[in-house]
Parts: sequence; C-alpha cells; structure tokens
Amino acid sequence: MLTEVASAAGASRAGRLRTARRVLPYVEGASLLVALVVPFALGERTDLVTLATNVLILSLLAISFDLCWGLSGIMSFGQALFFGVAGYAIALVGRDLEFSQLLGTLPLAMLVGFVLSGLFAAFLLLGRKPPTTIFVALGTLTGSYAAERLVSGWQYVGAGNGLSSVKLLQLGDYEFVEGIEFYFLALIILLLVYAGARFLKGSQLGLVLAGMRQNEERLAFFGYRVQLFKALVFSLAGMVAGLGGALYSYHQGFIGPGNMGPGLSTTAVIYCLFGGSGTLIGPILGTAAVEVLSYVLSDIDAIKRIWPVILGLILLAVVMFQPKGILGLLVTDRERIGSYGRRSRGGRSGG
Amino acid sequence: MALLEIRGVSKTFRILRALDGVDVDVQAGTFHGLIGPNGSGKSTLLKAIAGAHFADAGTIVFDGNDITRATPYERARLGLSLKFQITAVLPELSVYDNVLLAIQSTASLPRLLLSSTRRALDGEVAALLERFKLIDRADDLAGELSHGEQQWLEIAMALALKPKLLLLDEPTGGMSPEERHATGRLLEPIKTHCTLIIVEHDLHFIRDICDRLTVLDQGKVLDQGDVEAIQRSPKVQQVFTTRV
Repeated sequence: MLTEVASAAGASRAGRLRTARRVLPYVEGASLLVALVVPFALGERTDLVTLATNVLILSLLAISFDLCWGLSGIMSFGQALFFGVAGYAIALVGRDLEFSQLLGTLPLAMLVGFVLSGLFAAFLLLGRKPPTTIFVALGTLTGSYAAERLVSGWQYVGAGNGLSSVKLLQLGDYEFVEGIEFYFLALIILLLVYAGARFLKGSQLGLVLAGMRQNEERLAFFGYRVQLFKALVFSLAGMVAGLGGALYSYHQGFIGPGNMGPGLSTTAVIYCLFGGSGTLIGPILGTAAVEVLSYVLSDIDAIKRIWPVILGLILLAVVMFQPKGILGLLVTDRERIGSYGRRSRGGRSGG
Repeated sequence: MALLEIRGVSKTFRILRALDGVDVDVQAGTFHGLIGPNGSGKSTLLKAIAGAHFADAGTIVFDGNDITRATPYERARLGLSLKFQITAVLPELSVYDNVLLAIQSTASLPRLLLSSTRRALDGEVAALLERFKLIDRADDLAGELSHGEQQWLEIAMALALKPKLLLLDEPTGGMSPEERHATGRLLEPIKTHCTLIIVEHDLHFIRDICDRLTVLDQGKVLDQGDVEAIQRSPKVQQVFTTRV
C-alpha cells in the first residue's frame, strides 16, 4: 500500500532528523564566550565597552520583540513604548524621590512594562473577535507614536529635551557607573532574561505558542484561549522591554522621547529580523551586528554623511534575500521552531 | 433528551441563504450522517455547530447548554471537537507535537509552563498515534505526511480532546478506497464513548458507519431518519438521482 511505502520513507527521514546536529546551542555557547571575553579584550577603549554595554541592553528590547513576533506571531511595532516609559519612570523616581536602588527600581521598571503592555493587550488583543495582524501592528505603532508626541510636549518630563543627569544605579552604597561593572550587570540580567525566555520556548506553553503562530484558529478549536495566551506573552515581552529601558536610562544617564517612539520600535524589529526571529539568540546577534555596523560605518570619514544610507541598504538586502536572518544560514526551520515531544529520546530539543 | 438539539437555525452569506430553519436532533451514542447535494448546507451546519460560523437565527443546545453564540474555545471546553474539511494540521510541528498540542489543551497555564504533564501524556499520545498507524511517523513534520495520513492525524487530534461530540467534515476526502475502509474501521471503536456527526460525499461510507441520517437540500432538511428509511425515501432518491 502506498501509505506503507510513505511511512517507511518517512521513518528513515525521521531517523535522519533525530541524528541531525543542532546548531543553536553552539551559537549560544560561542556568543556567551565572546560576551565574557569582550570587555577584557577591549582593554582601555571605554567607548567600545560602552558600545558593548549598549548592545546588551538593546538586546533586551530585541528579545522582547522576538517573544512577540518570533514565538507568538504578534506583530508589535511599539515595543519601544514599554522600554521608554519604564526608562522615564525610573528617571523620575531618581529625580523626585532620590531613589535608585537596583532591587527597587528594576522590579519597578518591569512592573511598569508589564502593566502598560497588559493594558495595550487588553485593548488590542482581548476583543470578542480575534484581531488581525495589521490591527495589532498599527495599534502598537500608534501607541508608540502618540507617547513620543505626548512626552515631547510635557514639561514635567523634560519635553523634547528628555530627562538628563539620571541618578546612578545603586546596590547598597555601590554605584554603577559606565564601564566594565555596568557591562557585567547588563550581561547577568540579559542571561537571566534569556534563560527565562528559553525555558518558556522549550516548555509545553512554548508548544502552544508555536502552534498559535502557525494556525491560531485551529488552536481555538482545541479549546485554547488563544487571545489570552497572546496577551500574557505580550505583557511578559513588555516587562522585558521595561527592564531594558531602565538599564538604558541608568547607563546613558539620559532618556528622551525618541527612546519610546516608532524609530526605536522599528529598530527592534530590524534587530530581530536581521539576526533571525524565533531563535532568541538571533535577535541578540542582530543587535550586535546592527550596532557595531553603525559604529564602524559612522567612523569612516569617506562616508561620514551617507553611512545611514549604506546601513539601510545592507539591512534591506538581508531582509529581502535572507528573510530568516543571518542565523537562517545555519539553523533549520525544524530547529528554529523546536520539537516538544519525547519520541526522540536520544535528545529532545525542547525548542 | 438529545445530546444536540438544533432548532430553526438559519445562516445567510450576503444573498445566499445557506441554512433555512434547520431542525436536527442528535442522540448520544449514535453516528449521525449529514448528506445532501453540493451546496446543500452540510458544511455550513457543521461549522455553525462547531462555532466557526454563528447562526443568524435559531438555537443550538449541546448537552443542556445553549451554545448558539459560544466561541469555538467555549464549545471545545464543553466537549465538542471538529475535524476540518481542509486538513488543518500544524505543518511545521512534528506529528507527535500535533497530537500533544491537542491532548494537553485542558492543562492549566502553570502546568503548561512547567511542562509538568509532558511525561504523563507521552503514553496517551503514543497510543493515539499507534491506533491511527502514525507511530512510525511521530518525529516527521505533519506537513510531510500524505493527504490520507494528514486526515488520520486530524481525526486523532480531534479525538485527543476526548470529546462528547465529534464533528467530522469529509474525513475520507482525497483518500484511496483502502484508506477509506481503514478510516471506517478506525472510527468504529469510538462509538462506546463518543457521538459522531459526519459530513461525507461517499454514500457507501456513510451507509456503512452511520445509524441515522439527515438529508439537506438547499439549506433545508429534506428528510431524516435511520439509514434504511432514508434509503427508501422517494424524496431523497429524487434529489440524489437528479442533482448529485
């Protein structure tokens, strides 16, 4: 019978897939190794340590978008909103309450991100009818734009100038200034967030998200409250963005309207698509690539005026010709999406 | 009392009246077939029961609950499960993960996050795959299966929810005669614990597995009764000889 022949062929294919080598753990390991070595290798170049710290902080924003789009199929063009509002919140707490203790302000920033994105989720995702991708994309984009405009004209928060001289982040009496200490603080926080996101992706809940991304109507017929799952992931992503916003504000000593606007929101999309969405590590590599490329190009005298155009063309080429991002060259769809069952007892991938 | 009571259900798409005051009772523990010529409203009625469409008028009561305006999620939670006409397996997930996804749907959010039911459900998933002859393909992507195998996977996923009422929309569509026969044999054992409503063009298949039939024509119930009575019905014979 035909199906038996197909089954036999399928079984052999399955065998090959079971033994196929996974690439992502190696990419993750190599990335961690580089992240640990970088600040020492850079030595006295404090400007480069600052750049590397920025990459780590902006990676939180990129992971936040990957949780939305790469894992759950929520197209958010407003992740910078949660990043910026949390950044403003801790800057105001520092200015008005003279408080910048790490154990108080970072959870506060996460709470701000979580609650604000939860409110957006309630409006955009929890209607009686499932919203379209375009509705969510435009809703988040509008939110990001409106917030930027609102803050630009609000004197209490510094209007167009933003808030500068943000109080230094403290742990007890210790103050984190720009440099290697702040780098490792950002790295530890990024690792914790990454571990959490990886755990989520590899869990049975991650399987629900993977299914939701492919066919959310089918999941509703299974009895899943799809929109509630989406709202939850969107809120968690907002929390991660909020954490990034707070670190950015402390690290730069500044937060401005542009840090919550469509410009940064779309940059987060580019980080993710450039690196490879749905892989978690891809968006981090994308952030590093885009930021380092920007730094290098802007430093070349011959193209000082046109480097953004060159950068834009490079990004456009990657998104057009390699839509799965740079990691798509190494990682198969199968590995990117993950497998959750226990039939491959030799090595369950768990996302 | 019937497990499913449909009273006066109507559905219009723009100017097309797909269902027009349909009344159907489905008794628990029966296999109930919906037949009729193309465009008679069979799939529309099935979708109105499942919640893919909302009826414009009338009521649908399932197991004592009025589900006329309930969402697919709410209907699934009450024990209603649908196999789509066009296969809706999740092609980028493995065959195993498709079934696991269906079977774990009643788990709470914390249990899903902590993956606390993954090990416990392994046996159930394997048993379903074994039953539907898909165990050797468990690690393959669902999108790599043949059409017939995807249909079986769909039925396995629908049954994984342990439904009280299973709705099958053309389960043997695109299958070979051997696969159709095998599908009939796979469905027989569920009679002990599950009621079935089936839409199917293959009248031999329907005759072999159903206890009762409802015949639809132009959105209305033409006739209903047990299989033998419907086979003898002059009204039904006329419709099937002139329009099928």
